[in-house]
Amino acid sequence: MTPGFRELRDQLARLCNKISRQVQIMEVCGTHTTSAYRNGLHAMLPENLRLVSGPGCPVCVTPQRHIDAAIELAAENDVMIATYGDMMRVPGRLGSLEKLRARGARVHVVSSARSALQIARDEPAASVAFLGIGFETTAPATAATVLEAERDGIENFSVLMCHKLVVPAMLALLEAGDVPLDGFLCPGHVSVITGAEAYRPVVQRHAKPCVIAGFEPQQILLGLVHLLQCVQSGRARLENVYRAVVGDMGNRAALDLMQRVFVTADTPWRAIGVIPQSGLELAPGYHRFDAVRRFSLTLGEDEDHPACLCGQVIQGKAEPAECPLFDHGCTPLSPIGPCMVSSEGTCAAWYKYNRSAKALRDLPQSQEVSG
Amino acid sequence: MNPVKAPLDTVDRIMLAHGGGGELTGQLIQQHLLSQLNNERLAPLTDGAVLPWRAGELVFTTDSYVVTPLEFPGGDIGRIAVAGTVNDLSVMGATPVALSLGLIIEEGLPVDVLDRIVASIAATAREANVEIVTGDTKVIERRSGDGLFVNTAGVGCLPPTVHVGLEHVEPCDVVLVNGCIADHGLTIMSVRHGIEFDSDLRSDAAPLNGLIEQLLTGGVRVKFIRDATRGGLAGVLADISEHRQLSIEIIEAQIPVSPTARHAAEMLGLDPLTVANEGKIVCVVAQDHATSALEAMRRHPLGRKAAVIGRVTDTQPPLVELNTRAGGRRIVQRPYGEELPRIC
Repeated sequence: MTPGFRELRDQLARLCNKISRQVQIMEVCGTHTTSAYRNGLHAMLPENLRLVSGPGCPVCVTPQRHIDAAIELAAENDVMIATYGDMMRVPGRLGSLEKLRARGARVHVVSSARSALQIARDEPAASVAFLGIGFETTAPATAATVLEAERDGIENFSVLMCHKLVVPAMLALLEAGDVPLDGFLCPGHVSVITGAEAYRPVVQRHAKPCVIAGFEPQQILLGLVHLLQCVQSGRARLENVYRAVVGDMGNRAALDLMQRVFVTADTPWRAIGVIPQSGLELAPGYHRFDAVRRFSLTLGEDEDHPACLCGQVIQGKAEPAECPLFDHGCTPLSPIGPCMVSSEGTCAAWYKYNRSAKALRDLPQSQEVSG
Repeated sequence: MNPVKAPLDTVDRIMLAHGGGGELTGQLIQQHLLSQLNNERLAPLTDGAVLPWRAGELVFTTDSYVVTPLEFPGGDIGRIAVAGTVNDLSVMGATPVALSLGLIIEEGLPVDVLDRIVASIAATAREANVEIVTGDTKVIERRSGDGLFVNTAGVGCLPPTVHVGLEHVEPCDVVLVNGCIADHGLTIMSVRHGIEFDSDLRSDAAPLNGLIEQLLTGGVRVKFIRDATRGGLAGVLADISEHRQLSIEIIEAQIPVSPTARHAAEMLGLDPLTVANEGKIVCVVAQDHATSALEAMRRHPLGRKAAVIGRVTDTQPPLVELNTRAGGRRIVQRPYGEELPRIC
């Protein structure tokens, strides 16, 4: 362990010792969840500090009805689907895009909205629908791509809008009031766009400290140190340990793009329900790029597996292992709930890095191996 | 001139007729395959190659190669088809003797692409000091547009003094790799349509028989070797742990990953441990042979960045465990299937 890490770990231990009660911090973003697991941070946290995952994995919170709509587009409307890779395995009522592709549908994995638009340019005879998934990190790119499609008159391109906003979900969680939380570790990427001040309502209305941190393990540990200092002092503060990247007011150009192309709307979150003003839809001037309108889709209801606890897991109310389906029918190979699909999903991260958490805790301390 | 009778040189794409067994097939084989691959055993174009054989055991392996795109920085489907089969023989402890080459070509493949790939097959075979002694070509109707599928099989000679295999792995043994991991899989992703990004990543595809021979003949007690291809380093370590019911502890700070690969993996949300390689081996040696194994690897150009990355333990239950750079610990598992880049 490098001295930097050791110092942070010791600081956390000292703070937790002083607080001397169970502290529960929510990492809002799926990238924080994965990074914490991948870097083995849970194994080095003090016993009375618990990190719980929040609703910040975009794949996990996309309702089943949107997956069904994508499948309907590809299967019945002969539309070519362009999607970020993580959506491929998410199960809808009629299966997943991965299974649909195996049956011959045209489904392309892309890493940007612009790549989806490029497919539409390259194949003018096809109709291409991009699945607009993600929070403030990916939404501006979707907005810019819609503007580009409009500018260049690319009419065979549309977007199935599933974009969501982070802060309304945090507020909804706190307003429901059934998860005991001592503070939020706020996501670096989203905050680059929104700016640190976006979390002010969480701090002011609910007196919960919010600390913005990057995704490197040092950043996560440093963020936790700042959160515990707030908890110890009893002061809810808004802090930013990712100052090199995140400013107070965010990325003006990206926010302007979103404001120009999107409007906020009440939107359903998978297994949570409708959260007021938490989603983005295309503004009236851009309705012709809206896949739902263009293909007259009806978004149905979700039929999530009755035993699936994904909704609880992404609100920090349950740990993956508490779900009766976890590792009993629901695995990354054959996911039932969305949290098992995405590499950022809590269940997938837990399954991959922490399934034998107890076995891991029972291992003797390792020694350095040298050549 | 009748275009079907025209020499292939004036045809810029492979047509179904090239697989018809007629004159065009003959031209394809003579002008585009034998011209680059020819050797004494292949030249007669008999139905099979006759190989002299010394006493001892024969190792026989086969692998099929499918990659999109066909050519990528640091290699192409031809290079991995030769290197992959040579490596499969070598990690068994065998000295590669001869390979077969089966090409399934989609109609429409540009002839110059085929020529470049066959040249790469020839160059890689020379590099590995092994000959292609028999082969086959088929042309199929255009389907996925990937253009070319390759199968290579290989035979090798197992020296009686070599005993490598999972059954020899024991607690306290030391685990090594011969260099930086994850370059191949990330390179392929960096040039794949829809995901492409700029980087100086290059595939590590290379025949490793020279390196492995150096290890096996250098007085090192090598217990087990496997090439860490699909499934990456994590896949091989999980195999060892599962088959031997032993645990393996690895140390993140000691696993060689280039900064470019580390950042590319980070950007795509991938774990370098599960990303494919085409020129990396995992090697298990007795504890007191760790230093000599490391030195033997580092003496070879394909092992300059070799490192000891961990050790085998008898801790139960059997797990592969990573001690992270941050000072944490986590379990390493093999990936589930296709590795997909993440989204935000």
